[in-house]
Amino acid sequence: MSSINSPFDKPFEQPVDSPGGRMRPVPAERNYLNADYSVRSWLLTKDHKRIALLYLFSVSFFFFIGSIYAMLIRLELLTPKGDLVQAATYNKLFTHHGIIMIFLFLIPSIPAILGNFLVPLMIGAKDLAFPKINLLSWYLYMIGAVIVSSAIMIGGVDTGWYFYVPYSSNFSNTYVTLAGLGIFVLGFSSILTGLNFIVTTHTMRAPGMTWFRLPLFIWSHYATSLIMLLGTPVIAITLLLLVFERTFHVGIFDPTIGGDPVLFQHLFWFYSHPAVYIMLLPGMAIISEIIATFSRKNIFGYKFVAFSSIAIAVFGFLVWGHHLFSSSQSVFAGMIFSFISFAVAVPSAIKVFNWTATLFRGSISYDTPMLYALGYIGLFAIGGLTGLFLASLGMDVHLTDTYFVVAHFHYVMVGGTLLAYLGGIHYWWPKITGRLYPEGWGRFSALIVFVGFNLTFFPQFLLGFLGMPRRYHAYPPEYQVLNVLSSAGASILAIGFTIPLIYLLWSLRYGPKATDDPWMATGLEWRTSSPPPTENFVETPIVTWEAYEFAPQETMKVVGKLTPDDKPDRSSYSGN
Amino acid sequence: MSEHIVSKNLYFLIFGALMVLTAITVGVAFVNLGPLNNVVALTIAVIKALLVILYFMHVRYSSRLTWLVIVGGFFWLAIMFVLTSSDYLTRGWVSFTR
Ligand SMILES: [Cu+2]
Repeated sequence: MSSINSPFDKPFEQPVDSPGGRMRPVPAERNYLNADYSVRSWLLTKDHKRIALLYLFSVSFFFFIGSIYAMLIRLELLTPKGDLVQAATYNKLFTHHGIIMIFLFLIPSIPAILGNFLVPLMIGAKDLAFPKINLLSWYLYMIGAVIVSSAIMIGGVDTGWYFYVPYSSNFSNTYVTLAGLGIFVLGFSSILTGLNFIVTTHTMRAPGMTWFRLPLFIWSHYATSLIMLLGTPVIAITLLLLVFERTFHVGIFDPTIGGDPVLFQHLFWFYSHPAVYIMLLPGMAIISEIIATFSRKNIFGYKFVAFSSIAIAVFGFLVWGHHLFSSSQSVFAGMIFSFISFAVAVPSAIKVFNWTATLFRGSISYDTPMLYALGYIGLFAIGGLTGLFLASLGMDVHLTDTYFVVAHFHYVMVGGTLLAYLGGIHYWWPKITGRLYPEGWGRFSALIVFVGFNLTFFPQFLLGFLGMPRRYHAYPPEYQVLNVLSSAGASILAIGFTIPLIYLLWSLRYGPKATDDPWMATGLEWRTSSPPPTENFVETPIVTWEAYEFAPQETMKVVGKLTPDDKPDRSSYSGN
Repeated sequence: MSEHIVSKNLYFLIFGALMVLTAITVGVAFVNLGPLNNVVALTIAVIKALLVILYFMHVRYSSRLTWLVIVGGFFWLAIMFVLTSSDYLTRGWVSFTR
C-alpha cells in the first residue's frame, strides 16, 4: 500500500465517519493524481481532472502576470504627473493588463478549471464527451498564450483590449496583427470547451439525473457554453478581418479605402458583451453551489435560477448597442438597446434575490467559500446596478470612458467573477487535492480581499463621476487623494491574493487529509473519494434524489473539516 | 432518429421545381411591376430556400430538436434585421445640429 509515493499521499488509515454514519477505513487509494507520475502522462492526459489542473497552472500564471501590469498602472497613477512611464508605455500597460486578464485569465478561468473538473463529476459521468478535444483545447490555449505573450515581448500592443479601429488599423504601428492572431487561437480553445460541455450535458448524465435534478452549476455552465459556441466565432472573424485589413489593405474598417469604423464596434461588442456573461455565468454557477451548501437549503426557486442562466445567455446577445451610445448609432436604436439592457438585468436580479431568499432561515456557516460568496452577492449587486447607470442613454454620455466604467466592470469582473473563482477554488480544494486548507487563514484572506477590493475600486466610481477619463497616465491634482486611496487598496488586494497562494501550496503537503464530503454537501462530486479515481466513480451512480436535498440536521454528524489536532472545526457542526 | 429514405424521383421533382422558379425569377425581371418587383423576387427566393431546407437538407424528416434549431436560427436572423434597421432607418430622426 505505501509503495505508492505521492506528495499528496501520507498513509492514513484511521476510520472516519461517512455521512451515512457508517464507519469505514480510508486506505491510500489510487486516484487521478497518483495514477501515473510521468510528464507524458500529464501532457498527453485525456482525464478531464488532469486537464483542469493543467489549466489551473497556466491560467494562474497569467493571472499573476496580469496583476503585475495592474500594479504598474496603480503605481503610475499614485501621482498626478506622468512621472513613472511615458504616455506610450502607459498605453501598453493597460492594454496588456486588459488582454491578459480577459482572454488569458477571466474567460478560461472558471469553465476550463472548475467546469472541466466538475461537469463530469456532477452529472455522474466518467469524463467529458470528447476527452481528446478537451486536451486539444488546452494546447490551443497554450499556443494562443504563447502568440499573445510574444506580441507583448517583442514590443507590445497599445490599442486597448478592444482593438478599436482606427487605433488598431492605420494608426497603430505596434504588434496588433500578432496579438489578434493569438486571441483568434484562444477563441478556438473556448469554442471547444463550450462544445464539449454542451454535448456532455446532453448525452452523459447518469441514470436518474434529469435536467431538473442537475446542480445549478451545470445549468450555468450550459448557458456559458452556448455563448462560447455561438459568440466566439464573431470575435474570431472580426479580428481576422482586422488582420486582413492591416496585411492586405482591403477596405473593411478604414473609410479611406471604403470601410466603416463603426462596423468594428458593432462586431466587437456583439461578441464582447456576451463575453461578459462568459466570465460572469460560471461565477454565478459557483455561488449557487456554495450558498446552498453553507445554508443547508435547496436554492430558493431552483427553476427560476436555472432558466435565468439561459435567459442571460440569450438576451446577452441583444444588448451590444449599449457600447455605441456615443458612437454614431441613432438615438432610436440607442433607446431600444438601453431598454433591452435594463431587461437583461432582470434575470441577474432574480439570481441575487433567490440566493438571498435561500439564506433566509438557513443554517448558515461562515466558512471561507461562504465569505467569498456573501462578498460576491454584495459586490455583484453594486456592479450590476451601476451597469444600469451606464445603460441609461443620458447618464452614459456623462460617464462614457470615465473611471466610472472602469469601476463598474471591475466590480462585476473582480468583485463578481474573481471572488466566485476564489470561493470555488477553496470549496472544491479538498476534492481536487484531497487536502484541507487552513480555515483561519482562508477567512482572514477573504476579508483582506474584500477590504482591498473596495478600497481599490470604490474611489474610482467617484473619480469617474467627477470626470476623470480612463486611459490617461496623468491627471489634474484634485483627483490625487482618490487615486492614492485606490492604489493603496490595490496593494492590500495584492496581499489578499498572495496569502491563499502560499497556504494552498502549503496544504498540498502539510494540510490535513480531506474526507470524501468535508462540507456535508449534496452533489455527486462529493459521493466519490477525494481526490477522485481516474474513472470518477467506481460504479455508475443512479440518482434518485433532487438537487440540494439536504438530510435533516438530526441525522447529520460531524464528518469533516478536522483541524490539525483532529478536532472538528466549530463551524462544521450542522445547525451552527 | 430513424433514417428516412427519400426516393430519387422526389429529388428530381424538387430540382425541377427549383429550375422552374429560377426561370420565373429571370422572366419576371423583364416585367416592371413597380413596387412589387422586390416582393415577387423575394417570395420566389423564400420558396426555393424552403424547398432546399425541407427536402435536400432532410429537415422535413428530422427530429423536433432540429426543427427547433432551424426555427430558432431564422427567428434570430429576424431579430438581427430588426435591430440593424432600428439603427440604419432612424438615423435622421434626431439631429444634433443647433
Ligand atoms: Cu455590454
